[in-house]
Parts: sequence; structure tokens; C-alpha cells
Amino acid sequence: MSDVAERVKKIVIEHLGVDADKVTDDANFIEDLGADSLDTVELVMAFEEEFGVEIPDDAAESIVTVGDAIRFLDKATAS
Amino acid sequence: MLELSGRTALVTGASGDIGRAIARALHRNGASVALSGTRKDKLGALAGELRDNVHVLPCDLADPNAVEQLVPAAEAAMGRLDILVNNAGLTRDNLALRMKDEEWDLVIAVNLTAGFRLARAALKGMVKRRFGRIIGITSIVGVVGNPGQSNYAASKAGMIGMCKSLAAEVATRNVTVNCVAPGVIESAMTAALDERQRSELLARVPMGRLGTPEDVAAAVVYLASPAAAYVTGQSLHVNGGMAMI
Repeated sequence: MSDVAERVKKIVIEHLGVDADKVTDDANFIEDLGADSLDTVELVMAFEEEFGVEIPDDAAESIVTVGDAIRFLDKATAS
Repeated sequence: MLELSGRTALVTGASGDIGRAIARALHRNGASVALSGTRKDKLGALAGELRDNVHVLPCDLADPNAVEQLVPAAEAAMGRLDILVNNAGLTRDNLALRMKDEEWDLVIAVNLTAGFRLARAALKGMVKRRFGRIIGITSIVGVVGNPGQSNYAASKAGMIGMCKSLAAEVATRNVTVNCVAPGVIESAMTAALDERQRSELLARVPMGRLGTPEDVAAAVVYLASPAAAYVTGQSLHVNGGMAMI
């Protein structure tokens, strides 16, 4: 697992209080991990803080699964 | 039930009569308080009176950069922020036909926009910690209007609508957002009224007296306290029956 994936999953596990084995790449934050809309905003803010990047609203809306977040942050931190 | 010990509060406009009474009342019930305002001498005097668990954080709410720094400064001073009281406000009264854009803009900026920015900043930590109380001091004028105060009334009505929306957004996080709406409160402004003006004003208040800053502060303490845990998105009118809404 990449360093980004590991950090993303750690944040998701801590914030949502879910078991690590549920936090798979295709896990949907709302449908599979029980997040509400405020949780998703908090997660985006936590990602921004952890990775020192800004996630614009339109990008944030397209991040619906754990894998979406990892791919976005992989790209954002690579540049 | 009105116990606030261990809680931390930021009061804007603490150099004014109502803000001072709010800060005193929160402090008396056990909260640590950060006093914000523009008149440093008055903030310093109040801090001297309260002595411990008090911090002075001067801020000009018309300056957006200063506004952005206020909540982080309060969190740094007290460890975290549990209670935000958006009390600061100003008036630039004029009949609409004569009102300048600058008079409109300044009142909206200080009374409404600064309150939003402070709430937005405070909510970050409150949502994370699953506790918070945001209390906006609005006005009866925001509900019933007042000639010469279209800017002020708009800012106060705006605050009520804003609080309701914020309340709905963060209710699941145990953060409540409410308003206190004072009627006519004893102040330097009402002290300047002549006898006839005063009696005309009092005739409109069923309780037959003007409100005191302490009447307003008591409502704030209630909304900040565990007693009001299930109260959110409300406006508590403190007006001696002047308007029954």
C-alpha cells in the first residue's frame, strides 16, 4: 500500500470509527462506511490538513470512495 | 443546570454594555472568557475586574484579516473554544432614501459577515469535539423592522436566518446555534432620551421598564448552559413583552 493510501485510510478509520478491514479502495464513504454529509466535509478538511493541499469543491464532490480520495491525493501531492 | 465551569467562551463587543454583562455572567457561572472589542482600555478594565480565567483579544471586526485570526487566537489562549457569542454590532442609521452604500456595507460587514466568519472558524473545532454553543445577539428590530435602520434590521434578520441554517447543519454534532433578541435595553443611547421620548417608549413595553444588559446576559447564560442542550435554531426574545413573537 502506498504511503498516501495508508495515511488516507488512517484518517478515515479514525474519523468514522470504522474497522480497518471495511476501509477498502472501493468503499463508499456514505453507503458503506456510514458517513453523513458533514462527515464527508470533515474528511476533506482532514485530508487537506494532512497533505497540505487544497481540495476544490468540485473535486471534493467527486470523491465518494476511499479509492477516489487516494487517487486525488496521489496526483495532488505528486505535482 | 447553568454551570459553565471548564467551558471557554469568546465574547465579541465585550467593550460595550451588553457584551460586558454577557462576559461577566458567563465568567460568574464558571467559564473562562476571551474578551474581544475595539476599545482596549475598556477590555482591560473588565479583565482587571474578572481577574482570572480572562483573556483580552482586541479585534476590529470591520477588518477581515483580523476577523480570521480571532478564533485561532481564542483557541490558543484557552486551549479550545466551546462558546462563541457574536455580540458585536454597530449602527449607521439613516432613512433609506439618504442611506449611503458605505453605511449599508459597514453594518452588514460587522454585524453579519464577521459573525459568519467567526462561526465558520469556531465550528471547525466544535464539530470535531462534538460540543459547541454559538449564540448571536440579534435584535427585535431584525424581526419587526424600524424606520431609519434598514441596514441594521437586515443584518439582524440575516443573523437569525444564518443561525437557523447553521443549527440544522451541525445539530448532529451536539453543537447548538441560537439567537438572543433584545428589545430596548438601558444604554448610553436610551439615557440620552428626554422625558417625553422615554415615556412614549415605555408605553410600548408591557413590563413598563427598559431591559438591562443583565437581562440579556441571563438569556445567553441559559443558551450556553447544559439546561439548553436540546434548544437549537431558536431566537429567545428578551423584550419585556414589547413584541410577542
